[in-house]
Parts: sequence; structure tokens; C-alpha cells
Amino acid sequence: MSKVFHGRPVVPGDCTAKAAVSHGGFNTLASFQKPLMFGDKMVKCGDQNNAELYRKPLADKALCMPMTIGSTTGGMVLFTVCANGKHPACLLFSKHIDSLAASGAILAANWTDADMPVVDQLGDEFLEYVKDGMKISVSGDGTVTVD
Amino acid sequence: MSMTLTPEQQAMLSGEQGETMAKVMKTLVMYGETFGAEKMVPITSEYGHTVISFGIGAMKPVYDLYDKLIEAGARSRQKFSADPLPLDKNIPTTLMQDIVFKKIMYPEQKRYEAQLRTLGLMNDDAFTCACYLPEIGNSPKKGDVLSWAESSAVVYANSVLGARCNRNSGMLEMMGSIAGCAPYFGFLTDDGRKADWIVEVKCKTKPEAQLLGSAIGMKVMEKVPYIKGMEQWLGTELNSENCAYLKDFGAATASNGAVGLYHIADLTPEAKELGESLIREGAPTYVVDDAELERVKAGYPCVWKDLDAAPKLCFIGCPHLTIEQLHDWTDKVCSGLKANGQKKVVIPTVFTTAPAILKEFKKTPDWKRLKRTGVVLSYICPLMYMNNPLCGKQPVITCSNKLRTYTTARYYSSGDILEMITGGAK
Repeated sequence: MSKVFHGRPVVPGDCTAKAAVSHGGFNTLASFQKPLMFGDKMVKCGDQNNAELYRKPLADKALCMPMTIGSTTGGMVLFTVCANGKHPACLLFSKHIDSLAASGAILAANWTDADMPVVDQLGDEFLEYVKDGMKISVSGDGTVTVD
Repeated sequence: MSMTLTPEQQAMLSGEQGETMAKVMKTLVMYGETFGAEKMVPITSEYGHTVISFGIGAMKPVYDLYDKLIEAGARSRQKFSADPLPLDKNIPTTLMQDIVFKKIMYPEQKRYEAQLRTLGLMNDDAFTCACYLPEIGNSPKKGDVLSWAESSAVVYANSVLGARCNRNSGMLEMMGSIAGCAPYFGFLTDDGRKADWIVEVKCKTKPEAQLLGSAIGMKVMEKVPYIKGMEQWLGTELNSENCAYLKDFGAATASNGAVGLYHIADLTPEAKELGESLIREGAPTYVVDDAELERVKAGYPCVWKDLDAAPKLCFIGCPHLTIEQLHDWTDKVCSGLKANGQKKVVIPTVFTTAPAILKEFKKTPDWKRLKRTGVVLSYICPLMYMNNPLCGKQPVITCSNKLRTYTTARYYSSGDILEMITGGAK
């Protein structure tokens, strides 16, 4: 049984990937710093304060979250992850995207070859419904289908 | 694209200054449109500031992109300051740490500093997170539009100086400085500066700035608080003592939450001018008393493997200390050592401040007094120092709530820290 959610495409694109879910704010620097420093190909989350994602792989996942939090270097960290080709398959936000995630997503869209669709404003129900490992399909118009 | 641009901005977007500059403008336009901006506004501050001060090897794509910008002739339209440098030979390190710092962590440092100089760095002393302090010379005026990213500087500039700046990301803030404009949304607008929360402070004594800021940041997250009840301790004038307090308070709100602007009744410029008309209708109230601060402090996780480990290092000065704070800490450390029958601090301790303040402080008699206590004075960024696996495992203590949030450093109040480093703590 699939469920469909509609959001706003911040960076339009299509993809299909398995979900990695953070119900709390996703700390971009804390999550990606360690895998970036050690060249971790699976990009396992390094944020020990994020019990849901800590040590779970983030590369090629549909990263689902309310918003990002943490250092204002967050945008450049996301850009770097994308430039290295180790980025999530897509970023899906239940709330309005925050300025740091938006910066990173837009820097990546304009200055790297990464194809990482970004959809925001999917609603609280999206984050309540989606679970780790669920199959997610994203369409360019901001439609997100969760299987 | 639906944003209305000036002919100059449109020309840049259309590629009249080349493909790279067109991408710079496209990036800014996309950023603005994501937040409903309908236009760009010129950056009006005399100087810019960049949050990126470090040449981390893992961030090589950032420096490759900066090379591309420089090759295309991009320069910041204003000279700018930058966050503190990550390395200082005066900081106690082991041989292994030296190797990790230079070979693994920061192999791009020289390359990046050269890029900063080309892009428009103010001078070689312009490396500090507290760029707005008078000794540095990057103090925006009320109403100035900025393209900054350092969270503690953005919240200070917005709240204490009345300048206008969004919580931008690193790199994007530099692109704004290159294009000379910023998308008009959020804290740049009058409506975006209204308060979403009322905070009533009902403590019995003046609350520790870093703890009060942490409590408020965690509660309101990215929203704007209007804070009442501080006049009994701060009065109504922005003197140097109050500005230092607000620097530390704001950094904690910005790092423990995501606050970019706060108002303090009868003190900060917009609160003085507009009063409670700044508060949005229906804004909820958060009451902070001593019990609430204790609750917040007790909730801080400590990730040390051995919670009883003896501290190996203490950092004071995140954000960088003002010169008044340096004098004050010098007095307190000297008095504490005397009271406890010690000559030197019993935990290796580093005070961090801006290079320009460090130079000024070294001209005063307090420098010799401080030196005798064994405290190291540095321009380093403690956060950058801590952000590697070797230092991350060290039991480091601090009275900075920002450093606590982003690293494994353990937080203590200023009073507790003083007792610990001067040998008074049991």
C-alpha cells in the first residue's frame, strides 16, 4: 500500500531510494564530518546525538527530516558531500527548508554534477508515516510516494 | 525566475560577466526564491565576514570552487574578516596531534589563506569570530545589510548592532559579497524581525550568559525571542560589559538553537525604539527561573568515556574574549590562585581572543600577570582545535556553550571553571 505526499520541489528531480529517517533536526556538520574526514564510502552518520541515524549509511538514501540544524558551515558541508559524489539520493523535509540546507542544496545544484532532488513542506504526516528502509520515489513536481 | 533584478544584476545573471559570475547570481536568486524573496538588496556594510577560515583536506571541493571563482575574476566587493585560524603553535599539543593537524586535518590551510587574501581579506589579523569588536574594525551600523554566515556574529550584528543579516551558509555568504547583494527575506525585512516568543527571566541573580542563551535557544530554536526581566542586571545602556554579556548569550542561543536575532527590552536597539510592538500577536511565553536553568544544565550530555577523568585542557573564549573580559579573567585567575595557595593554573588553560585584541592586551601590565599564571593566550578557534579524533577524546572543559554543543568539551559555569583551574575545586 503506497501513500502519496505533495511538497515543493526546491531542487526538482526524480529518484527512487530507501528512506533514512530523522525525526529531530538533522545536524549536517556533525553527521557528515567524520565520514568526509575518513573517506567513508557508505557515509555512515557521525552524529552521536542523533540516535536514529548514528552509524547508519546516508549515501544514496532518501534522507527524511523536519529541517537541518547546527553550524552555518552546514551548506558547504552538503556541497562537499555532493561534490565527492557521496550524497544522499534526495533530501525530503516535512517543514519549510531552512536557510543552511537550502544553501547547500542550491550550491550543489549549481556547482556540482550531483543529482540530488530536494523537496520541502511535505507536512508532519509525512514524517510520522515514513520509516527507515521504506522505498521512496520522488518526482520533479514534488510528489513523493512512500511504499 | 520570478525575482525582480536590477539591470546590473540581470546582466550578471545573463552571463555578461562570464559563465562563473552568472552562476554566482543564479545561486543567490535560487536561494532567495526558496524563501519568497522578490528582489535583491545591496550589501551596505563597510566590511564582510566569512565563516570559513580553515583549509580542511576533506573540504577540497570548496577550495577548488574558490579557485574557479578567482580565475573568473571574482572578488569580494568589500574587504572582509574571517573566522579564527585553526592552528597556533602556542597551544599545547603532542607530536601525534601536530601530525594529524598539519598532514590530515588542515593540508589546504596555506592554499586557502592565499585565496582569502586574493578575494579581499582585510589584513592578516582579521581572523576572529568576534569581528564586530572595536579593535577589529568590522562593526556594522544599524540598518546595514550584511552577507555574513558565522552564527555568533550574525546574531550579534542583528540583535546588538541592529544590522540586517540572514543566517546564511558558508560559501553562499561569499557569493553575496562577490555579487554585492543579498536576497530580501527573513531578517532583512521589518516583518522578519518581529518577535515570535516572549521570554520572562525571573532568576534571583544575574544568570550566566552562556546558560541563559542555551535555555532560550533550545526553546525557541530559529524563532525570535523578546526577552524581559534583564534590566535589573543589564540596565538600559549597551556598555562594554553588557556587549560582552550579549556576545556570549547570543552565541549560545545561536548554537544551542538556531537564533539569528533577539530583542532585550529597553536595551537592544530595536526593542528600545519599538518596544513591545515588536512582539507578534499570540506569541507564547517562556519563563526562565533558576530551576529552569538548572534543569537545562543537568540535561547536557557528556560523551567522555570516563566521566570522572581529570580535565587535560580548559578553553575560555568561544566566542573570542573582549579585552575587558581578558582583564577580568586575569584578575579572577590571579585572585583564585592566591586564595588557593597556587602559583600556576592546575589545568592547562587557553584564553582565546582576536589577534588585534591579543596585541593590545600584550601592551598592558595584565599580560605579564596572566603569563605568570601559566595561562596560554591564543587567537585559535577552539572548535577547530577540538574537531578531530585525537582532541575529541581528550577531557576538555569549557564555559562556552557553543564549544560544548559542537565538540566533546564538557560545560561548567565560569565560577566552577575558575575554581577548577586555580586549584580550588575538590
